[in-house]
Amino acid sequence: MTAAVFFGCAFIAFGPALALYVFTIATDPLRVTFLIAGRASEGLKSINPEETAPSMRLLAYVSGLGFGITSGVFSFVNPLFDSLGPGTVGIHGDSPQFFLNSAFMTLVIILLHVFWGIVFFDGCEKKKWYILLMVLLTHLLVSTQYYSASLHLTSSGLAASVFTD
Amino acid sequence: MLTFMASDSEEEVCDERTSLMSAESPTSRSCQEGRPGPEDGENMAQWRSQDSEEDCEEDPDGYACSRGPGRPPGLEEELTLKYGAKHVIMLFVPVTLCMIVVVATIKSVRFYTEKNGQLIYTPFTEDTPSVGQRLLNSVLNTLIMISVIVVMTIFLVVLYKYRCYKFIHGWLILSSLMLLFLFTYIYLGEVLKTYNVAMDYPTLFLAVWNFGAVGMVCIHWKGPLVLQQAYLIMISALMALVFIKYLPEWSAWVILGAISVYDLVAVLCPKGPLRMLVETAQERNEPIFPALIYSSAMVWTVGMAKLDPSSQGALQLPYDPEMEEDSYDSFGEPSYPEAFEAPLPGYPGEELEEEEERGVKLGLGDFIFYSVLVGKAAAAGNGDWNTTLACFIAILIGLCLTLLLLAVFKKALPALPISITFGLIFYFSTDNLVRPFMDTLASHQLYI
Repeated sequence: MTAAVFFGCAFIAFGPALALYVFTIATDPLRVTFLIAGRASEGLKSINPEETAPSMRLLAYVSGLGFGITSGVFSFVNPLFDSLGPGTVGIHGDSPQFFLNSAFMTLVIILLHVFWGIVFFDGCEKKKWYILLMVLLTHLLVSTQYYSASLHLTSSGLAASVFTD
Repeated sequence: MLTFMASDSEEEVCDERTSLMSAESPTSRSCQEGRPGPEDGENMAQWRSQDSEEDCEEDPDGYACSRGPGRPPGLEEELTLKYGAKHVIMLFVPVTLCMIVVVATIKSVRFYTEKNGQLIYTPFTEDTPSVGQRLLNSVLNTLIMISVIVVMTIFLVVLYKYRCYKFIHGWLILSSLMLLFLFTYIYLGEVLKTYNVAMDYPTLFLAVWNFGAVGMVCIHWKGPLVLQQAYLIMISALMALVFIKYLPEWSAWVILGAISVYDLVAVLCPKGPLRMLVETAQERNEPIFPALIYSSAMVWTVGMAKLDPSSQGALQLPYDPEMEEDSYDSFGEPSYPEAFEAPLPGYPGEELEEEEERGVKLGLGDFIFYSVLVGKAAAAGNGDWNTTLACFIAILIGLCLTLLLLAVFKKALPALPISITFGLIFYFSTDNLVRPFMDTLASHQLYI
């Protein structure tokens, strides 16, 4: 597999997250710290007395982005670096678009984590517990859909290989 | 733009000691905190710090590093946190760069993952039939390595105490010569071999000579700050690669654990060698060693005037972005993983308004051992990146916490323990628990 696949999939999966990081977080060192270490909110309040209004949302956004990037990276970085090595995708009857699909799904997961983070923090702040429940349920729903899709694909892949043989 | 490493007028006095005295002493920085003085409200937002080498002479009780009397406590914490965050970022970048260089080399150049003998400091082999024997051998290797480090550290402290500056200076020059020339030559050779690029000897010698000569000048004498930082990162990466290649598997992990314990003891215990080194340097009001500590110091304006100490209460001293020492040079060189911090701004508002900021200093030994941990994680896995990334994140989190602690305590702190502990925990748990899980998920295209 070529470098084109590597870079293409890398940018598909991580491009928006990187853009979000560069344009919103990299400018402020404090936000970078929150991204990596996730400091508590009282630290935030003591730092920005003039800007208390967006601070909690900012923390939610930054931590959502942090979770999303970490989750996406952990899920996708191994296939990504495997795409640099030799091999043929889908030689056993699986989809030849394995990397592209994975890249898009990683992108989706990263963005979903950002949104879930913001909604979750908002629910915690306003003490609306049904919001937390919704976030949890949608997370499980998404994972279940991935799982059933992967099962479906595997079975169809097996069927295809059986029929072609 | 050239920022001079040794430029203060008071330092030009001693020429042969110029490079040794180029760094400001740590206490002088940390005793900034203790300087009494009114703090202008509007100056709070601007991060000013200043060199207080002469401050301490005037303020004998400035070593207390207590809070300035004029500051409200909430403001203090605000400054602390904001200051801490800024300096966290200033150290994230070089540590990340060093680790990226090491990981990239490990993953691409096979030379550094090939077993080709061991160092003389780890004589026991790990090629033993039983697990118990292997464990015993790695513990023995660690004991030998740590005792070598302790002996060298104490030797260095003794040399420093008895003012054998020339010896120390010569030692440091010798080790950076070896790093900059020999190890660079080997590294370049291996990289060229990996990518099958031909290079003739004249070109090679020209390249290595230029690299090494500029590096020596930058590190030990004067040079642009960014270039000096880049060279320090590179020599840390080279040293870490040597360790990764020559330390056997289990010994490396035990050594990492042992050296963070040693670091903790050496920096925090009252009779610890590193603490004695720091205190001796503070008493003498001089920088500890040249060029073996990475300094994230900022630019300082050359035109800073030195006010007459007796004339006013406020002092503005020329800032010297020098480094404190501490590094792990070559094999015998002790490492002083420490993190020093410059004091918070604390001078009364003056008409001389320099917008210079102080940086945080991190010992090169810290860079080296962080990179060894991440590099070992990269070398060990069978092409697995999750473990490497987990260790990388763990080290950054540890560094972040250490720097925030530094902002709170304002004295030299060991930078290894927290990061290495997190790194070890993350390495073993990710390698054994997370990796099989994520591999299975990824192969089924399942995302959680």
